[in-house]
Amino acid sequence: MVEVASFRIERIQYLRADGTLAAPLPPWAEDGEELVRLYRAMVLTRAYDTKAVNLQRTGRLGTVASSLGQEAVAVGTAAAMRPQDVLLPSFREQGAMLYRGVRIEELLTFWGGDERGSNWSGPREDFPVCIPVGTHAPHAAGVATAFKLRREPRVAVCMLGDGATSKGDVYEAWNLAGVWRLPMVTVVNNNQWAISVPRSAQTAAATLAQKAIACGMPGVQVDGNDVIAVREVVGRMIERARAGEGPAIVEAVTYRLSDHTTADDARRYRDDAEVSAHWKEEPIARLRTFLTARGLWDKDKEEQLLAWCAREVESAVEAYLARAPAPATDMIDYVFAELPAPMRAQRAELVRRVARRAEGAER
Amino acid sequence: MTAMTLVEAVRTALARAMAEDPTVLVLGEDVGKDGGVFRATEGLLERFGPERVLDTPLSEALFVGLAVGLGAQGFKPVVEFQFDGFSYPAIDQLVNHAGRLRARTRGRLSCPMVVRFPYGGGVRAPEHHSESPEAFFAHIPGVRTVIPSSPARAYGLLLAAIRDPDPVVFLEPKRIYRAVREEVVDDGRALPLDRCFVLREGRDLTLVAWGAMIPVALQASAELAKEGVSVEVIDIATLKPLDCATLLDSVAKTGRCVIVHEAPPSFGPGAEIAAVLASEGLFSLLAPVLRVTAFDVPTPLPRLEELFLPALADVLEACRRAMAHR
Repeated sequence: MVEVASFRIERIQYLRADGTLAAPLPPWAEDGEELVRLYRAMVLTRAYDTKAVNLQRTGRLGTVASSLGQEAVAVGTAAAMRPQDVLLPSFREQGAMLYRGVRIEELLTFWGGDERGSNWSGPREDFPVCIPVGTHAPHAAGVATAFKLRREPRVAVCMLGDGATSKGDVYEAWNLAGVWRLPMVTVVNNNQWAISVPRSAQTAAATLAQKAIACGMPGVQVDGNDVIAVREVVGRMIERARAGEGPAIVEAVTYRLSDHTTADDARRYRDDAEVSAHWKEEPIARLRTFLTARGLWDKDKEEQLLAWCAREVESAVEAYLARAPAPATDMIDYVFAELPAPMRAQRAELVRRVARRAEGAER
Repeated sequence: MTAMTLVEAVRTALARAMAEDPTVLVLGEDVGKDGGVFRATEGLLERFGPERVLDTPLSEALFVGLAVGLGAQGFKPVVEFQFDGFSYPAIDQLVNHAGRLRARTRGRLSCPMVVRFPYGGGVRAPEHHSESPEAFFAHIPGVRTVIPSSPARAYGLLLAAIRDPDPVVFLEPKRIYRAVREEVVDDGRALPLDRCFVLREGRDLTLVAWGAMIPVALQASAELAKEGVSVEVIDIATLKPLDCATLLDSVAKTGRCVIVHEAPPSFGPGAEIAAVLASEGLFSLLAPVLRVTAFDVPTPLPRLEELFLPALADVLEACRRAMAHR
């Protein structure tokens, strides 16, 4: 017998759940301001999520997917990217989108049922959220191919969940990324639950990171509740890809403290005890403990931050609620670059429909 | 001017588009060294190099998504699927992403692309190699569906499809890939993407077809001319969006319409065309609108395939039936 292949998957952690260090900090993390920046971004993300769920419960927003407990995955990933990189998010990456410059008002506009929310003023080349699970992995491969063909030092960063790793199109994208050595990094937000299906029922593989091995690229596991580990390892993989050394998969192990979405009730399929246990590991408290121990944070700063987040979110909500609806004809006018002649009749019918409904409302 | 077959016209248009626009890429299975299973991309690798002609892994679920990413980044990918029966994974990406990226970002991102594949029966191919799935694609909002039926139209329509800023599905009738040679001028002139072609003018009956059914329709019109019936033959060519105006004008003149397609009848393209005539051309009609199609069954293997596909006799019978209404 000859061994023809073997592999090892590492799990990387800097910050333990109790806020103490498990390993010496990477050099960038010695900068207190950088850590505070990550902390603020996670707290803002949580404030947004909390508000979004409340808005949904009170009928002022559509279904939304909270990222409660997974803020470190999104914020750490976005912080590891450069502005010229392209993010391809799934529907739970608001923390990364906000960090890269999408505005809260724009997120609310989209989840409030208005496409204009995806025409954001921030990172213009970033993709809109992808709702059909994992179908954006091929897009990331395409964006990465474009970068490679143009010899641009840019990286496509695809974020998806544990459930997505079971999909064939995700594997096809990873396989291509491997064989073409594409500058594509996938961050798997392994939050343990794909709606009601636990990670253990998703795959018999010991880790999700090892799926990278079959595609000829490195796979690394990080503590997804440790924003320092996410920022460090994703950053390492992004810079490696930027240098032409090919793609990678980072599996961030975290936990979905919320329901899948506001349309879900997780109590139907998992124990409260399991959820409460994971509250002890969530990412924000551990970084706060660490920052406080280092003298970088205190109660005053915390209160100021929470008040600032509340103001940010409130003013965004006001702007979102005050925004006039888009003209109905937008639904037709943006389908093609130029309206094909045979569709003019449908557009005219839509205009008549608008008038008819308005007339009906007046009666 | 060069006499070329339909597949040669496809190749000529690809080369022309690649020469005039450096963002045009050709990708798919075996499109490089092998030149594609039908040789539609032959010589392109040698001429444009491996960064313009990309052999992909065997990944049909990937291709259109890959093209979405490339398109959003300013490339114009032309993706080849080897056969109709392997094109179905494209539908997920076309419906969920390619056809809506521009609309769902309100113009911020778009993804020009051409998805081309050989389609249709009559070549005694193995299972899954002889299907006519145009209705699946034509049902997708935000995506154009185009089917050429001659070398010149293949050249002009493919150029138009590649230059178009939105996704286009381009189905090539493999049965007539090499059936005839026709003079094609490689002058870079594209044809319009939302216009039907009136191939032969007539007074008594409008015969509508596309792809490999066009030669059958033309033959039928010649036969019927001997019987004193003047048939107008329309090549739909750009199935979606459908040029209703040309159809309605024709039927206003003839009062009779027979639609021929290789796809099964139920919810097929013929039903759409008949519906347009019923809602907007009813009072011009002198006879019921008739369809000559395949059956609502899986495409049979070659020994029964000829009976599954419409042929001249079936078209003639339907036309005579329509002509019986005076």
